[in-house]
Amino acid sequence: MAGTPIADFWAEFRANRVAVVALAVVLLTVLATLAAPILVPQDPYDLANLTLRDARRPPGYVGTAGFTHVLGTDAQGRDLLSAIVYGLRISLGMGITAGCIAFAFGATVGAVSSFVGGRIETIAMRIVDLQLSFPAILLALVLAAVLGQGKTQLLIALVAAQYAYFARTAHGAATAERHKDYVEAALSTPLPARTVILRHIVPNCLPPLIVVATVQVANSIALEATLSFLGLGLPPTEPSLGMLIANGFQYLLSGRYWISIYPGVALIVLIVAINLVGDQVRDQLNPRLRR
Amino acid sequence: MVGFVIQRLLQAGLVMAAMSVLVFVGVYAVGNPIDVLLSPNVDQITRLETIAAYGLDRPLWEQYLLFAGRLIHGDFGRSFIFGVPVLDLIFSRLPATLELTLAAVIAATLLGVPLGMYAGYRPDSTASRVIMGVSILGFSVPTFWVGLLLIFVFGVELQVLPAGQRGETATLFGIEWSFLTGNGLRHMLLPALNLSLFKLAMMIRLARAGTREVMFGDTVKFARAAGLRERTVLGRHVLKLIAIPIVTVFGLEFGSTLAFAVVTETIFSWPGVGKLIIDSIATLDRPVMVAYLVLVAFLFITINLVVDLTYAALDPRLRRGGAR
Repeated sequence: MAGTPIADFWAEFRANRVAVVALAVVLLTVLATLAAPILVPQDPYDLANLTLRDARRPPGYVGTAGFTHVLGTDAQGRDLLSAIVYGLRISLGMGITAGCIAFAFGATVGAVSSFVGGRIETIAMRIVDLQLSFPAILLALVLAAVLGQGKTQLLIALVAAQYAYFARTAHGAATAERHKDYVEAALSTPLPARTVILRHIVPNCLPPLIVVATVQVANSIALEATLSFLGLGLPPTEPSLGMLIANGFQYLLSGRYWISIYPGVALIVLIVAINLVGDQVRDQLNPRLRR
Repeated sequence: MVGFVIQRLLQAGLVMAAMSVLVFVGVYAVGNPIDVLLSPNVDQITRLETIAAYGLDRPLWEQYLLFAGRLIHGDFGRSFIFGVPVLDLIFSRLPATLELTLAAVIAATLLGVPLGMYAGYRPDSTASRVIMGVSILGFSVPTFWVGLLLIFVFGVELQVLPAGQRGETATLFGIEWSFLTGNGLRHMLLPALNLSLFKLAMMIRLARAGTREVMFGDTVKFARAAGLRERTVLGRHVLKLIAIPIVTVFGLEFGSTLAFAVVTETIFSWPGVGKLIIDSIATLDRPVMVAYLVLVAFLFITINLVVDLTYAALDPRLRRGGAR
């Protein structure tokens, strides 16, 4: 194989057509949510745009504003396509933010406890193991219930439910790196321990952490949707996909499927696409799975 | 071994105490329970009397000790909404959750193990690919979404199955059960299927991985050499060898299925403990929230303790390792 490691990685990634499509879906979603205000036909949360005459119309209905509601409208007469793109924006934002914080916090706990060792390591990893045996959804549910509704509260619940996966992975990888010669060499220089951990140990623990990160971003999007669906997630001013689905649920029973089915389809496509990308990255980064 | 058992028991007790502090601080100290108990236009004297009656004027640590003392005696207080002791309320809802969870776990095992074994037996066939695709979907698609689809397809469009509630129940040992009547079973079908999907995905993976490993082993070679039919080899010998991890996971996952039941029960308005907790969060029924959280923490700590002790009994190396 020739070229830089990144070029090699990409060449191998490209060989899996499903993963490439999945990656394209993820990137397009991110772009669409970033460009949401110029892309969608309607600002779904400007009440001046909404009229009840357009409420609960099926896909393809031409509204009073003159454009076609490709995916229909919801109970307030909101264009569903616009609402979904804005919902994706909130869901994706929450998922990525929670994933990043959990990554930073978990990796720090794992790497530092492995480096320090002794009683601190034992206690920290014991807590992490205990949390891993507790289903993430239950922990998030409990925290969301105890802390109440709100963006920060939800972020805390998501991070608390997920950091343990990062901590476990980082701890395992850091312990493996800890006694290698390059770490011993770095430690024999007058560099402070913090620098050795950050500059030398953490970068070498990254591959397994990246795999965990992709999976956990998908998981936190699903978790956030579940909590919002149950009414424990974001406040009504931040309508994520989970809340759109919950709002449409009551109309589902009377056959107006589009109000909750389409946001759900968007959610599933996003989650499955992220997972497929994650699977491929894992296969490539895990030397044991190499043929 | 005795030292190890004592150490683990102490640890479990410590964790339980930590959890109860967390629950206490979370549910009682954040926000003011008096605002929930009294209507806002009650005069100041009644207000102070109520505060004193519930011990809310005492220091926080004293309140916690009182709270912990009541917990140890199994007294979780009365529900604000239903006006009955919380423990009675939870136990009256428990059978509905238990039968749903059991049905889901059993369905997942009965379906997942044969499917997984087939996928491990013929890993390259189209059917196996479909099975593995289903298991990936089962892992990544949120439970509530699948429940919604099930309601839409079977309850609304085809109108073949009821989409909510428990249906008719029959009494056995003084408890109402749905699985004893035809109507109740029909009501149970969709929620049980919904709840089982995640477990099903996991059972398929476990059975597949186990089968693939065993198929190359000596047992299968000798069984085939002895002229046994493939069906007998799979059903009698492979199944026995892959059973141990499956049984372990079956036990462990029972607890987490209870957790997922919260979502399924809410969607299908199944009147179990999970729906109770979601309703009590919505209505700020604090005693019910506390009791549920403490009981769930207790359940998981007990499961972990039992697993740890069982492993230690089976593997002597773990006993000497201490807390590692």
